[in-house]
Amino acid sequence: MNEPPEVREEDERLAKEREKLARDGPQLKGAKLEARLERTWHRPPGILGWLATVDHKEIGRRYIVTALLFLAAGGFLALLMRLQLARPDSNLISAQRYNELFTMHGSTMMFLFAVPVMEGVAVYIIPLMLGTRSTAFPRLNAFSYYMYLFGGLLLWGAFALNIAPDIGWFAYTPLSGPQFSPGKRADIWAQMITFTEISALAAAVVLVCTILKTRAPGMTLARMPLFAWAMLVVAVMIIFSMPAVALASSMLISDRLVGTQFYNSWEHGDALLWQHLFWFFGHPEVYIIFLPATGFVSVIVETFCRRPVFAYPVVVLALVSTGILAFGLWVHHMFATGLPRVGYSFYTAASMTVAIPTALQIFCWLATMWDGRPRLQVPMLYVIGFIITFVIGGLTGVIIASVPLDLQLHDTYFIVAHFHYVLIGGAVFPLLGILTYWYPKITGRMMSDTLGKIGFWTIFLGFQLTFFPMHLSGLLGMPRRVYTYPAGLGLELPNLLSTIGAFVVASSVVLFVINGLVSLYRGAIAPANPWGATSLEWATSSPPPVYNFAHVPVVESRTPLWDIAGELPVVTGLRVDEKEILLTTVVAATPDLREPVPAASLWPFITSIAVAIFFIASIFSPWAVVFGAIPSAIAIIAWFWPKEMKREPEPVIT
Amino acid sequence: MIPAPRFTDSVADLPTHKFGPSSLTWWGIIGFMVIEGAAFGLAFAAYFFLMGHEQGWPPEGRQAPDVLAGTLFTILILLSEIPNTMIKKAAEKRDVPAIRMLMPLLVAIGAVLLVIRGFEFNSLNCRWTDDAYSSIIWALLLLHTTHILTDWVDTIVLWLLMRTNLGWDGRRLVDTDENCLYWRYVWLLWLPIYLMIYWVPRL
Repeated sequence: MNEPPEVREEDERLAKEREKLARDGPQLKGAKLEARLERTWHRPPGILGWLATVDHKEIGRRYIVTALLFLAAGGFLALLMRLQLARPDSNLISAQRYNELFTMHGSTMMFLFAVPVMEGVAVYIIPLMLGTRSTAFPRLNAFSYYMYLFGGLLLWGAFALNIAPDIGWFAYTPLSGPQFSPGKRADIWAQMITFTEISALAAAVVLVCTILKTRAPGMTLARMPLFAWAMLVVAVMIIFSMPAVALASSMLISDRLVGTQFYNSWEHGDALLWQHLFWFFGHPEVYIIFLPATGFVSVIVETFCRRPVFAYPVVVLALVSTGILAFGLWVHHMFATGLPRVGYSFYTAASMTVAIPTALQIFCWLATMWDGRPRLQVPMLYVIGFIITFVIGGLTGVIIASVPLDLQLHDTYFIVAHFHYVLIGGAVFPLLGILTYWYPKITGRMMSDTLGKIGFWTIFLGFQLTFFPMHLSGLLGMPRRVYTYPAGLGLELPNLLSTIGAFVVASSVVLFVINGLVSLYRGAIAPANPWGATSLEWATSSPPPVYNFAHVPVVESRTPLWDIAGELPVVTGLRVDEKEILLTTVVAATPDLREPVPAASLWPFITSIAVAIFFIASIFSPWAVVFGAIPSAIAIIAWFWPKEMKREPEPVIT
Repeated sequence: MIPAPRFTDSVADLPTHKFGPSSLTWWGIIGFMVIEGAAFGLAFAAYFFLMGHEQGWPPEGRQAPDVLAGTLFTILILLSEIPNTMIKKAAEKRDVPAIRMLMPLLVAIGAVLLVIRGFEFNSLNCRWTDDAYSSIIWALLLLHTTHILTDWVDTIVLWLLMRTNLGWDGRRLVDTDENCLYWRYVWLLWLPIYLMIYWVPRL
């Protein structure tokens, strides 16, 4: 009604052109459709095209490979620490270097391995599982990967230059403050946090929007695969918890660089403010690592028992309630700081309560196995290893939720044993299982079953050998984060066993890597659905084409591939010559909109470079905040500004 | 091995833009609002945590900030909702000429707000290095300044884009609509900060 005549004319011309656009359907299908989609979705070649890609599969693969490299690096540091602790009064590693090693180990494992690897797997698999061709905001997704990479390079670059942080992975003030940590080590830790939090938050927004808006038609929330549910809960948890550590570390760095007094008790600040903010993030973080793994377990159990997961609504409610309860537990990390009595009681109760939904999930998986026909292939073995190990870790968790015991065991190896049981047993075992499971989808080849089984038994037994004795050394009073221990206290044997176990674990990781690399070239060619699984990622070839699905699938049940009779229902009508996906409604997943997918672009990479320079320079001068923000802002504007200024018959993102 | 397709409905006639929760970017913006809201919420928690340690607020020997600049800022940012709502409605009606006319006004208001903000920093009666109280009120004001600055730059860029021929595209109208939504969030978040910086120390 407000349009001037020339705009109205153009509107009409564009409407006519719209009629002629090519779309998939009965008239355009099969090889002809696939060739055209390939041309449309294919990214530019060469190194620039590689940097500009917005394909979730490429970004997901990079995330996974990078995170596994950091796992190896962090694991190598663990071996060094175990060598030092193999004998009492050892002088292999100095106290200062030991401080750096455990700080690097913890920071790497938490920020550079555990969270990113889960996000990487999700970024790769979730769009396939939901039956769509791209994540939401694929450029943001690319940006998130580069921020993560630069954060990791900052930390490890500092380690190589001998300025690694030495303040523990949770960087307690006042130790990390300006008075007790002069130099740049603590600043590097704090900025590494900024990088990885921005990355995790960006990926979380990508995942939430992908899961809520891009599901295949008919995939209502009640039919969504449990891994998607787990990642939805995790992404929301990231959104609520990671700002806490970003805020805390910004306040730390400003205490250190521009003289604010947040944590300085001489000027009415409070070191405990750090602990509250840090653990408000840090406790949910544990579940951010663990819940994706429960999603993996649900996927594996379902496939290898040939039965839908028992009591799906209970599993979903357990995921959601774990996500909520995780925000009410942070104070149990602070029992030793002195709290009001009512605080002790409340957080003990809350910490014990969170065991309930977790136990419900475990009972649901056991019931699925009981009622199904379990096939003991490698991914399923990892699930069984997970259940045994995680339950032990969970039980020690209930033990230390009790304040008197916690005060006794705080900062001993008992705690080290507990959280490695929970994190390696609870997250790394399912991860290794799911990597074996999705390996054929990602690479098009199967991993060796024999090597996989040997690998499983070595890591499972090696793990118990490493970490079970730590319960004993902890009970005997051995403190964590101390570079050596005296002879004659009964600590020699458990420590020697732990060291031997650590090398067994390391050898099984090497075996996993060898299996992964050799299978890349020698593995049996994988069909589209080698495990006979039910979710949609198996409805396309292995590896999937760049456009994922030739037609968007329609979902009519919770286990789609088990319920279709040979033919997969699909909708038609998406564009073929431009990248386009289908958006559906949030709850019922009815078709809602067609959405253009951004073209490949170098701008997310350039923006991440500008932001990286900004963050790293700000360690050295507060003025970098002002000068660094300008190129970053310019890069972001260039990222969003349309590269072609003419109106198209249908929207495209250039 | 890949199951053959069975064709059902066509989605070719679906629209390519809608306002509100159907839009993908709407969800993205809500996501970033929640992230910022969480950061602000925790900063508020830090403020009250530090306040709980003190005998008086502001601590003894400090003077509460002067209210004039902050109050002017609050009045102006509340008034900015008038053109903001007009722009939002114009976007929903595809009234591009109205958007092109009103957006410079919003940009100008943003510029004036940033100038007043400079005076606000000057009326806090403390430096961020003085004590924890000073640090946290500087932090709150700085966080909100970042918020307002980013949305101001965003509004300028969007205004320039709406001046081009692309302004008639439906998706650009959705962008405009969502930018207005975000501006509402910027001023809504300011209200508790205003109370915490200027009035809680006067209680």
